[in-house]
Amino acid sequence: MKLEQDLPTAGEAPAGTAPARRATAAVVRDSLGIGLTVGVSGLAFGVAGSAAHLSVWQTCALSLLVFTGASQFALVSALAAGAALPAAVLGALFLGARNAFYGLRLGPRLELSRLTRPFAAHLTIDETAAVALTQPDRRSARLGFAVTGISLFATWNLCTLAGALGADALGDPAVYGLDAAGPAVFLALLAPRLREGATELKVAAVGALLALAATVVLPTGVPVLLSIAAVPIVLAAARRRDRAAGDGPGGPDGSGPATTSAPASTPGRAGTRGRAGKEDLG
Amino acid sequence: MTVWIAVGATALGCYLLKLIGLSIPAGLLERPAVRRSAALIPVALLAALTALQTFGKDDGLSLDARALGLAAAALAAWRRAPFLLVVGIAVLVTALARLIGG
Repeated sequence: MKLEQDLPTAGEAPAGTAPARRATAAVVRDSLGIGLTVGVSGLAFGVAGSAAHLSVWQTCALSLLVFTGASQFALVSALAAGAALPAAVLGALFLGARNAFYGLRLGPRLELSRLTRPFAAHLTIDETAAVALTQPDRRSARLGFAVTGISLFATWNLCTLAGALGADALGDPAVYGLDAAGPAVFLALLAPRLREGATELKVAAVGALLALAATVVLPTGVPVLLSIAAVPIVLAAARRRDRAAGDGPGGPDGSGPATTSAPASTPGRAGTRGRAGKEDLG
Repeated sequence: MTVWIAVGATALGCYLLKLIGLSIPAGLLERPAVRRSAALIPVALLAALTALQTFGKDDGLSLDARALGLAAAALAAWRRAPFLLVVGIAVLVTALARLIGG
């Protein structure tokens, strides 16, 4: 919320003037930079699809139609592991749910018409949201969103095709260590989030442990979903700790109220920084 | 066939999630608690996926060359290496470990 309020439209240069043209060029340059470099990661997805024994068509269809990286990787890995269909799809959808939250903030920012909204929706991912929400005015936000989205879509899909064809030609993926590409992708997506704070680290640790413990007893695909329980577990533990600190003898030196106020400030901070600084895949 | 159903269901679901966000009025889901949880869910899922694919085997757990590859990748990610380099290092180290380990 703060992000949008802090960005005045008053400083916007009149269209057609030299500063406006320079600003436009800068937005296009930055957007293309992100779109083209992140899109190259489609290579890794093409390889992952192939390693999961999907056909080249199926792998390419995912990049064309799903177009949100983490969900694509999650679906492919669940299918490769032999997960039941509902569990595999549900895992992908849970990862895709964050795009709805990007849309919530992008809607008022871009002011889309009824005609363009269905197209913009398909391009609503980590990178386009990050670019659009950090632009100083509506015009730049729209431009950044479109240029990032279209260049990323094109590169991501072409690279998916190249990766899938290339990996198919190689044969058994395990020989080349390609079965390590899947977990490494998730790790690379996770890494920037872990820098956001101690809560993120705890959620990741509890989620991983829950899933590993559950995999021995539960059917494939379900342990991944079970890891979501880490979120309420960690948040509840933090609340309890804060309450204990507030009631405890730490009051006089100020540590009590300070810790109690911490959770109130966390959502806003994580919200803005998480969006602006994120570099993971759509 | 099953794969195509999964592809279709995921594509439809993910698209609707994107469209819903753009279409509903702001403020409806803007409660801090909801936003905080929504931001943390991917963290839990990604950590679980990383762990399961590193140590999972059939219906149990196993410690093999993948763990070495992922340890190297973790080091690279921690040093802020770019996405494809992190993945490339995991692949390379895993392949080398298998080559040496027989």
